[in-house]
Amino acid sequence: MSHALTPSQTIGPFFWGTIVNAYHADLAPPGVAGERIDVVLQLHDVQGAVVPDGVFEVWQANSHGRYNHPDDRRNLPLDAGFEGYGRASTFTDGTSRFTTVKPGRVPWPAGGLQAPHINVSIFARGVLNRLATRLYFDGDPALSDDPVLKLVEPARRDTLIAKRDDKGTWRLPIHLGGPKETVFFDV
Amino acid sequence: MKEETYRRPTAGDHPPNLSPDYKSTTGRAPAKPAIALPHSLSEITGPLLADERLDAHENDLTKQRMAEPLGERIIVQGRVLDQDGKPVPGALVEIWQCNAAGRYHHPGDQHDAPLDPNFYGGGRVRADAEGQYKFITIKPGAYPWKNHHNAWRPAHIHFSLFGPAFATRLITQMYFPNDPLLAYDPIYKSVPAGARERLQASFEMDLTQPEWALGYRFDIVLRGRNATPME
Repeated sequence: MSHALTPSQTIGPFFWGTIVNAYHADLAPPGVAGERIDVVLQLHDVQGAVVPDGVFEVWQANSHGRYNHPDDRRNLPLDAGFEGYGRASTFTDGTSRFTTVKPGRVPWPAGGLQAPHINVSIFARGVLNRLATRLYFDGDPALSDDPVLKLVEPARRDTLIAKRDDKGTWRLPIHLGGPKETVFFDV
Repeated sequence: MKEETYRRPTAGDHPPNLSPDYKSTTGRAPAKPAIALPHSLSEITGPLLADERLDAHENDLTKQRMAEPLGERIIVQGRVLDQDGKPVPGALVEIWQCNAAGRYHHPGDQHDAPLDPNFYGGGRVRADAEGQYKFITIKPGAYPWKNHHNAWRPAHIHFSLFGPAFATRLITQMYFPNDPLLAYDPIYKSVPAGARERLQASFEMDLTQPEWALGYRFDIVLRGRNATPME
């Protein structure tokens, strides 16, 4: 028997204090293996203005390339205290900052490995469906071989690639529309 | 290794990103189509939040403060299922809502209606092995918003679910049956007719408790898995 999907609706402007009350912006407590990184996402609307009432969620593999999930059955280490999930609302300047470890590579169903990436969900007032995108790391030698980036026209791939600032923080602007519109994925 | 994948929504299940009657969408809707991703481990895994500790009264929004909130006490109960009707056991369900007067406990809500010091409006619960969840709360009020002249949101409760995978993440809103404001609400009506009705809870005398509270049922259906592909 087939059941009809429950449709999506906007998160609206008033989630603060309820779901984001229990947010996680620090994914990796001390002792978690891997290269520690700071990631700052910044949300922009179609005019380029920052979005101060959005929510970012991140989901990633650990530094060994293992997802903390029963459907990842590979014999790779799980790290105690690292689930790989984070959530934070945006500040008045449209940013959310996450502290985590750089994810390892995970396989691609047709063979080979994907470049290290963080899966990102975006919610906001005026956004009726969860928007999904990815964050890749500038300069990673695996980028040129990544099967997902190959699905994206070359001129738009930069919208998915975080750059490192002079403090070492990885920064990725997310544009909901306009000339710099981020590539979103139907997952 | 062959991974199981999740079924894609069909046209008409979800609202279009650009729904101009809901004015905020015009500044926030992507213009380009999303690129379909084949499902890899990145999409078929997702946060289960299995270690998240829930406090005793998180599913009873009438018992989170010093005294009972004002308003009409209600029970909201249902199941988290996939498209095959199978329960999603252990699913974390999060809700948030305004108070009975139509005001959110939120600094951005400046509607001229009273705050209720005994109502916070946030709740969480973990569905059981059969996907069953239950909240006790008060019926939220309608409230005005500035989308258009004399715009009022119908009473609603926001729901957030993760399901088993990144692909199954869903945020939605539950409405009350036969609310006359539904006919005027561009957020509800952003969902195509034929699907939007799924967002209305049903009133259930079976869930209603004598001398205590009305009961509403709201079942939530998340994406199901594709049949295992042939090797």
